[in-house]
Amino acid sequence: MALTLEPHQPETASQPSETLVAPVDRVPAPAPHVRRPAPPRGAVPALLIDHVTKRFIVGRKKKSVVAVDDVSIRIERGETYGVLGANGGGKSTLIRLVSTLLTIDSGRVEVFGHDIEREEMAVKRLINRVSVDAAFFKKLSPFENLIYAARLYGLDAGTARRESVAILARLGIAESRLSRPLEQMSRGMQQKVAIARALLTSPTLLLLDEPTTGLDPRSKLEVQTFIEEIRDSHDATIVLTTHDLAEADRLCDRLAILNEGRVVVEGTPEELVARVAREHGQPPTLESVFMTWTGRSLDDDTEEDDDDDD
Amino acid sequence: MSGQPGSLPELRSPSLATTLVRELRGSYAFIERNLFLVKRYWGWEFAFLVYAVAGALSITFIGAELENQRLLLSLMIGAIFWNYLSIVFGFIAETVAWERWEGTLEYTFMAPVRRWVQLLGSTMFAVLYGLVHTAVILVVLTLFFGLDLSHADFGTAAVMMIIGSASFIGIGMMAAVLPLMYVERGAQMTFVLQSLLLLVSGVYYSIEVLPDWMQVISWFSPATYVLDGVRQGLIDGTPITALWHDVWPLVIMAVVLIPLGVWVFGQAERYAKRTGKLKRVG
Ligand SMILES: Nc1ncnc2c1ncn2[C@@H]1O[C@H](COP(=O)(O)OP(=O)(O)O)[C@@H](O)[C@H]1O
Ligand SMILES: [Mg+2]
Repeated sequence: MALTLEPHQPETASQPSETLVAPVDRVPAPAPHVRRPAPPRGAVPALLIDHVTKRFIVGRKKKSVVAVDDVSIRIERGETYGVLGANGGGKSTLIRLVSTLLTIDSGRVEVFGHDIEREEMAVKRLINRVSVDAAFFKKLSPFENLIYAARLYGLDAGTARRESVAILARLGIAESRLSRPLEQMSRGMQQKVAIARALLTSPTLLLLDEPTTGLDPRSKLEVQTFIEEIRDSHDATIVLTTHDLAEADRLCDRLAILNEGRVVVEGTPEELVARVAREHGQPPTLESVFMTWTGRSLDDDTEEDDDDDD
Repeated sequence: MSGQPGSLPELRSPSLATTLVRELRGSYAFIERNLFLVKRYWGWEFAFLVYAVAGALSITFIGAELENQRLLLSLMIGAIFWNYLSIVFGFIAETVAWERWEGTLEYTFMAPVRRWVQLLGSTMFAVLYGLVHTAVILVVLTLFFGLDLSHADFGTAAVMMIIGSASFIGIGMMAAVLPLMYVERGAQMTFVLQSLLLLVSGVYYSIEVLPDWMQVISWFSPATYVLDGVRQGLIDGTPITALWHDVWPLVIMAVVLIPLGVWVFGQAERYAKRTGKLKRVG
């Protein structure tokens, strides 16, 4: 793999950036996102989700919750696809289904033509998922965590070491800090290490589940820039869930809005914005797209934040 | 990133040797990771070792006080070998609980690693760790009590330990699924199971002193046979060939429990993926 990223500013451990009032103005404004033309259909899609449903039985009363409700999505190779939705909308469940962490109740998922149930190992080699809580051994160093990842994915020791060192260097983590426990890093940096770790295993389908949720504005922009760089420099298809509309607009070629487990609308941001203006007479913004199709604003939602979510 | 633009990611069908190397590399991931963790938590590791040595010493002093060399040896063997078996059991049984606590369970389960490969890695580490622990305690106690082990049969002890480890590995795998199925209580159940094994296996006394119904349970604990065999080997110098009555139950348990453990683990994983139990919070 060739990770071509600009070095970032080294982090300072003593000042986890989420505790600072982020000097947002020091972060360069993002370059206007050039939406890539839709790839040709007909070829094998990177991800095919076909009428997938997932229920959970929750609580003492054994109530049945439909977390993902008859969802069908087709994502072409090379796309960055956004799944937008309020908390509890089913985004994480959808990502977990594709990551083989949950079994499908009904429907079918294919990753590059491989059936996720029948060819589980093959699919696992093609995917990687980064969740909102960077899943690390927090007492271990970034380097040790990356070595573990590399071995899990079958890289040999030499390659594992070389790639890990190179990746961490490009993230701007100073050599002297490579051996410190990860828990001493800011959450923004942890999240970047998590994404870099996913790249180490060369996934062709990268699943990012709310990679910037809970980060301070500055770290958020940095992580977004990082994702942008990956998108432009790697042959990866990215599925990104978020409840940040600006982020969706900045990073995604196409969007779906997931509300109560169902895809309520799908299209490029431009299409959605044009549609909401044309069909509903609303202002042409993603906010009104979201309001119109989910019946609520994101601001209402982000307050009652995740108690059981990650 | 690999993969040429325009070509689909290839899934070669590798040769058997390549596959095996990759799987073993997967196992090594778990060994190396645990070594990293032990290094990071070295303070705790040291504390646990001190506790284990002190525990073994203090139990053994009962024999010294009663000036009974046979009892002293018997207690010492009980303390040391129980320590070994419970380490092996504990490490394997905690594979899931530990990762759930660290928050890496989903990451590990998402990786293209077969479950037996993961369990093999955990097991090899557990045995390695247990052996180091046991060796330290054995050396300290031997020096401390100036033991005469000249007519001990160490071969017997080694064989009993190896086949005994195998059944403990099997039970450990089955205990490991409890935290997978019961998010809240699983780890506690594992702990209770371990305590029961300690109680019925005659670690510090012979099982004849137990009530009849507890003796029946003791027949199902591999530790019962391991401790009996090791004691006869080290105290009386009995060769392994004369200990068939301790060997065959252990061999049967190993042959049954290890495949059963792997199978149960797989079933539990499916159950967890169906019901959403891999997730950190219920
Ligand atoms: N592992 C689980 N066990 C039980 N219920 C779950 C589980 N995961 C998600 N749910 C439920 O499914 C619904 C969708 O949740 P989720 O996929 O986490 O949404 P989102 O990621 O969009 O916030 C919620 O009602 C949630 O409580
Ligand atoms: Mg979520």
